[in-house]
Amino acid sequence: MTTQGSSQSEDSSKHSCACGGAQTGSEPGAAPLEMLPIFHEPAETEDEPCCGPPADPPSSRDEKPGYTIRGFVAEFHSTPAGTVPAIKTKLAPVDHMGTLMVRMGIKRNNYKVAPGLYAVGRPHADAPVLVTANYKLSFDHLRKHLSVIDAWLLVLDTRGINVWCAAGKGTFGTQEVIRQVLQTGLAQLVNHRRIILPQLGAPGVSAQNVKKGCGFEVVWGPIRAVDVPAFLAADQKADEAMRRVTFTVAERMTLAPVEISLACKPVLWALLTIFIVSGIGPHVFSLTAAWQRSLLAVSGCLAGILAGCILVPLLLPWIPGRAFAIKGSLMGLASAIVVLAAWYSNAFLSFGSGLALILLTTAVASFLAMNFTGTTPFTSPSGVEKEMRKAIPLQIAAVVLAAAMWIGAAF
Amino acid sequence: MKNMRYLENVVSLALDDDRCVGCGACTMVCPHGVLAMNGRKVRIVDLNGCMECGACNQNCPTGALSVTPGVGCAAYIIQVWIKGKERASCGGPGCC
Repeated sequence: MTTQGSSQSEDSSKHSCACGGAQTGSEPGAAPLEMLPIFHEPAETEDEPCCGPPADPPSSRDEKPGYTIRGFVAEFHSTPAGTVPAIKTKLAPVDHMGTLMVRMGIKRNNYKVAPGLYAVGRPHADAPVLVTANYKLSFDHLRKHLSVIDAWLLVLDTRGINVWCAAGKGTFGTQEVIRQVLQTGLAQLVNHRRIILPQLGAPGVSAQNVKKGCGFEVVWGPIRAVDVPAFLAADQKADEAMRRVTFTVAERMTLAPVEISLACKPVLWALLTIFIVSGIGPHVFSLTAAWQRSLLAVSGCLAGILAGCILVPLLLPWIPGRAFAIKGSLMGLASAIVVLAAWYSNAFLSFGSGLALILLTTAVASFLAMNFTGTTPFTSPSGVEKEMRKAIPLQIAAVVLAAAMWIGAAF
Repeated sequence: MKNMRYLENVVSLALDDDRCVGCGACTMVCPHGVLAMNGRKVRIVDLNGCMECGACNQNCPTGALSVTPGVGCAAYIIQVWIKGKERASCGGPGCC
């Protein structure tokens, strides 16, 4: 008996079991390989509990001691390269929740899937092999665009880092590609010798060395996962748009929350320092003064954070200045003026403290904007280093001067 | 991306014309179209558009292209200045 076409919604009492033998599927255009839906052994009546409420159904035979089946697995395929999980191509609420969390900087360092071989749809020996990273966001982002595709998915162990960053670090690299191809036995699975890698993996992968190491030819796929179906339909040819990186408003703003969350820890220290510095005055240290003046300074600091982490990414191409430190300073200055206008009637706002506030806000915005270069896809490290050499001394000087003027304004 | 430009005349990208065999691999992997075929060899057509990602020199079979790729991350660069390249780490586990 075979289970082709049987679905998991079948009543378990009519369940037909999968026989152990698998087709090799080695002929071109062969039928899909043996499909094994997640297996539920029908319970023998003697095994059912004698009393109490109805028991849960027996565990699936696909469950293994020590391993949990991930929610994105639809079914298992038996292949010449072993049992391969076929994954769902529609994201579940838990996946969207995970995306939201990592985009906010929560638990983004442990958001992985197991590296190795997966299937999408019902691939056979001719089906293409798509390679990706084991960061779950990368994995989810790819599979959600593959609902019309039958393909094998080779997931590299990039230690939970996305494709482009991992390529820069070398973990989405030549050796890892070779290792996964050999370890998974890909050569027994497909009758072609091509693997499709995302173009942004290129900084870490030498196509010619992959060929030497495992016999598979690297085909550079499009930059964006959304273009994969069109790429495959066009006989694995990419047009120019598929090969160019963009940095649209939407792409920039998805990065902003992480920038803010990364700034959190230094910001807390900054707030503490502001509180202490605000209390220094004619009475050596006054808690009332500390509290009241801090509010002013903190609002300046927060305005600087918003300017550097939100305004700069949002308005990036329209803010004057090539260097991000300059763009940040301009946005910081604008935000400082808004803060001053808001606090206009405040008793603690003098000329000196007002100027200090401007310096602080501008310096904070400038520094944070400069940090944004690390997540921007058109800034060169040489350029970043050059602007940092000029900007950082100025930022430090501005903060020191602001602190001095802030203390001075108390006397 | 045409309206997004960074600092000029800083990038370390260089092409050794004598070594280039015109395979075109670099033109396939560059995410900014910095390189293009020019007859039987390749030419840098937009030097200032280069972000030093290193895809081109990684995939050049003859070593005709050279670029010093790096982490364009301010936190890391600061660490390199203070601690030196060997002991610099990124901003901690929270970074990348």
